[in-house]
Amino acid sequence: MSFQFTEEQIKRYSRHIILPEVGGKGQQKLLQSKVLVIGAGGLGSPSLYYLAAAGVGTIGIVDFDVVDFSNLQRQILHNTERVGMPKVLSAKQTLEALNPDVKIITYNQKINKDNVLDIIKDYDIVLDGSDNFPTRFLINDACYFLGKPLVSAAILRFEGQLTTFDYRDKENTPCYRCLFPEPPPPGLVPSCQEAGLLGVVGGIMGTLQANEALKLILEIGEPLVGRLLVFDALTTEFNTVKLRKDKKCPLCGENPTVKELIEYDQSCDIHF
Amino acid sequence: MENIKIDRELDLKGEVCPFTFVKSKLILEQMAEGEVLKVILDYKPSVENVPKSMREEGQEVLQVNQIGDNLWEVIVRKVR
Repeated sequence: MSFQFTEEQIKRYSRHIILPEVGGKGQQKLLQSKVLVIGAGGLGSPSLYYLAAAGVGTIGIVDFDVVDFSNLQRQILHNTERVGMPKVLSAKQTLEALNPDVKIITYNQKINKDNVLDIIKDYDIVLDGSDNFPTRFLINDACYFLGKPLVSAAILRFEGQLTTFDYRDKENTPCYRCLFPEPPPPGLVPSCQEAGLLGVVGGIMGTLQANEALKLILEIGEPLVGRLLVFDALTTEFNTVKLRKDKKCPLCGENPTVKELIEYDQSCDIHF
Repeated sequence: MENIKIDRELDLKGEVCPFTFVKSKLILEQMAEGEVLKVILDYKPSVENVPKSMREEGQEVLQVNQIGDNLWEVIVRKVR
């Protein structure tokens, strides 16, 4: 094994290199890894920040939105001067200023069934920080078909959820559709635009998403596969619920009915 | 003093903690098991810290010698 770090990199990553579980070998893995983050919002802000700081060598960011004042209560990649700027550009500026080692690839577009496979295919790991069910189902199904690990998080009000689906090992990982076979009917689950959200919940869950991604890249610890972590900000409690693979799952079950990508209608599209 | 075959030597004069250990570790990671690294140090706290951290990582510290005025060598065998 050989690696060549610059003086600056040795200093930048020294706290990683000192860890027996990381070392120069692990840092090299991070610099060679490619992670895609979908959504540069409440979840994507902290996950992108930490992935870039950690020296994940290639980071893709998907978002079609522009920075709005209503984002700044939690989306810490952006700032007041950047209101109106595409989020992917704002994110790129922040992350490149933090760590010039990282190559940032931006996708300023809405993810759909025609582009999702193309965007995902070159990445090692996908982080879902999207804010709607059609996108979540599309990302899940695409990751499943391509055999990519998916770290999925969701936040609402004072609650956050997190789990990892490792689709490199489809036999042993439950999938998103084992948990939610179909998107909920429109209007049943409120969006954070309707229901509100404590900003730090995104910070906590997005940071945990980055942690899962780093563990997968470094091949250390136990990934959150087959377990759903639920965080309650009001009681400051974490609970873990076991997830089981569902034999009747429409995607990964014995008789799958989902065999190609499906684009569901946006169930709710309120803009305040 | 027994004669130890040194496979690699690293001059870390002018370096301080934790970079003395970080740089030693990076070189050791790229060596083969059983090989021996000699590190030259002129920062006194590192003379304790480098061997301590090496042992914590499971490496074998063979010798720590003062070799001059404010100058030391740490000799480590890569175990893992």
